Amino acid sequence: MKKYVFAAASTLALAASSIAQAGPEAEVLHWWTSGGEAKSVAVLQQEFSANGGTWTDMPVAGGGGDAAMTALRARVLSGNAPTAVQLKGPAIQEWYEEGVLADISNVAEAEGWDKVLPASIAAHMKCEGQWCAAPVNVHRVDWLWANAEILSANGIEMPTSWDEFNAAAEKLQAAGVIPLAHGGQAWQDATVFEVVALGLLGAEDFHKAFVELDPTTLGSDKMVAVFDQMRRMRGYVDSNFPGRDWNLATSMVMNGEAAFQIMGDWAKGEFMAAGKVPGEDFLCASAPGAGFLYNVDSFAMFDVDGADKQDGQALLAKLIVGQNFQKVFNLNKGSIPARVDVAMDEFDSCAHLSASEMTASSEEGSLLPSYAHGMAMRGAQSGAITDVVTAHFNSDMSSAEAVKMLTQAVANSL
Amino acid sequence: MTAWLERHIPKMVLAPSFVAILIFVYGFIAWTAWISLTRSRLLPKYELKGLVQYERLMAAPRWDTAMDNLLVFGALFIGISMLLGLMLAILLDQRIRVEGMLRTIYLYPMALSMIVTGTAWKWIMNPGLGLEALVRGWGFESFSFDWVINPDKAIYAVVIAGVWQASGFVMALFLAGLRSVDGEIIKAAQVDGIPSWRIYTAIILPSMAPIFLSAFIVLAHLAIKSFDLVIALTGGGPGYATDLPATYMYAMAFSRGDIGQAASSAMVMMGVVFAIVVPYLYSELRAKND
Repeated sequence: MKKYVFAAASTLALAASSIAQAGPEAEVLHWWTSGGEAKSVAVLQQEFSANGGTWTDMPVAGGGGDAAMTALRARVLSGNAPTAVQLKGPAIQEWYEEGVLADISNVAEAEGWDKVLPASIAAHMKCEGQWCAAPVNVHRVDWLWANAEILSANGIEMPTSWDEFNAAAEKLQAAGVIPLAHGGQAWQDATVFEVVALGLLGAEDFHKAFVELDPTTLGSDKMVAVFDQMRRMRGYVDSNFPGRDWNLATSMVMNGEAAFQIMGDWAKGEFMAAGKVPGEDFLCASAPGAGFLYNVDSFAMFDVDGADKQDGQALLAKLIVGQNFQKVFNLNKGSIPARVDVAMDEFDSCAHLSASEMTASSEEGSLLPSYAHGMAMRGAQSGAITDVVTAHFNSDMSSAEAVKMLTQAVANSL
Repeated sequence: MTAWLERHIPKMVLAPSFVAILIFVYGFIAWTAWISLTRSRLLPKYELKGLVQYERLMAAPRWDTAMDNLLVFGALFIGISMLLGLMLAILLDQRIRVEGMLRTIYLYPMALSMIVTGTAWKWIMNPGLGLEALVRGWGFESFSFDWVINPDKAIYAVVIAGVWQASGFVMALFLAGLRSVDGEIIKAAQVDGIPSWRIYTAIILPSMAPIFLSAFIVLAHLAIKSFDLVIALTGGGPGYATDLPATYMYAMAFSRGDIGQAASSAMVMMGVVFAIVVPYLYSELRAKND
């Protein structure tokens, strides 16, 4: 009996002591709240708990992350930043300049991130040489999706140049099919624009125009040609496109109302959810032009006080880039792992294509950040460019005028 | 003691709300004005940099569109709502039988939020599934009503939804005004054989001037603040064809991390409100002093 009491007491004491020095803690701010996304982030949550951590979930839905950013601003200004925040692209460096990001270089170096991440993606995760964020996935933006049945019925191959695309579109139009499924929202206009721009400008000029914001490239004749192609694309879209959501455009391709869609690989999730098979019901191919536009989700690590939270941060960073999470998360989300050494056996054929082209383009130097998805430049500049793109697409503005407005808008936003 | 209390209690009761308004309205107006003079991006910075944000604002074509839209939307929304409201009020004022029911029906849109109005009208006006599709389905193949997706017409689509929402409320205001006119004067005019349109234009409407002014002020500030209607109906599109100053400010502050630009646009919006409200306050105060 005495022994029993002692045992109970010592268990209690143990329990108490483990409460006193609680394990790693992390509060994570994100806006992955819809079905598939919530499931994806739950994977990380489980893995974190399995490693003895305490996860405090802080999902803020709404406005494509705008609401979460407002919450983040309030938290940072009150001196109580979350441990990790879903942030991407230059926004990470923007927050670093406010002096609120933590240095996680010791985790990154211990885990050898430099060796497993493509160089241009790793660059996004560093702030003045030190690691400050962990990448979760790579979405490819420059995809061309197509309805396989329509293409074979009209004798059309997947186009490999924009001229071929135009020829195919005109053939489809004559056959009474909507060539391009598109939703008239500013970010979708911008998505099509950057894919066309990559194809017509080439990787080098794309980098000059949309990463370096070089005024001569932005105002060049090649850029006029990009807007000319955009004007043609406008003709390939049905008249009822304004305001349409991207997933409705995807279902137009699925249902055979439209032939093509230009959209990131989140569109694949829609096809898959409807039980369609890649290569049979729908086709995926990189859009005409050499290169790879990536949209990388990542978690930025904020400065936190206390050993528990710092431990939590280190553990979280390690798990995010870990092989297991990278695989499971991306299988759920439709993207591909950011690290190049994950076994791809369970992924579908589109993801295989994406992964092999990511590695290839990284070597060629044509692995480029997506401007339309906030990877290439800061909000004010990308917003200014999107304003011009969407104004041109939705009016009868001439290409020359659009290019002039583009250079002015970029200069005005700096 | 009680006399002292009696004298000071009103002040003590009002003090908290006075302080709250001082801080949360005027204090934050001052803060916004300060921010609009800085280079603030993601987070507020307090270093003054002159009028650079206002220069950027004036150079932005999107802001021009937003201000033009405000002018078009404001003028049409206020004008049509008042005209329609007045007509409805006069018709209802003819002592008709089911007035109570009709009044409620006309007033109901006001009970809906702008988000609901915007979403409903988005569907009604969508050419693919709304009015156009319906009429074409009846066999009128050439019927076209695509304002909501036409960049040149979309702002008028916003006006339609706004007017539908607000004119019932204006009607209620005018109806109350019509009813408050002294019945004796009207009867005297009728005895003199004056036709009833003349009674309205010469006697009733002029005596309702204060109601016109209140209706105008209410509608004007609804127009300037308009945000949710545009967001729900067109999302500012096609392109940014239906952007209003409020949606511009939201985009700058919350989507693009350009707080300084948002602050300067907010200050301009406030200037527009002041340009309308100050003359009103002035005339009100002068009337009291007379």
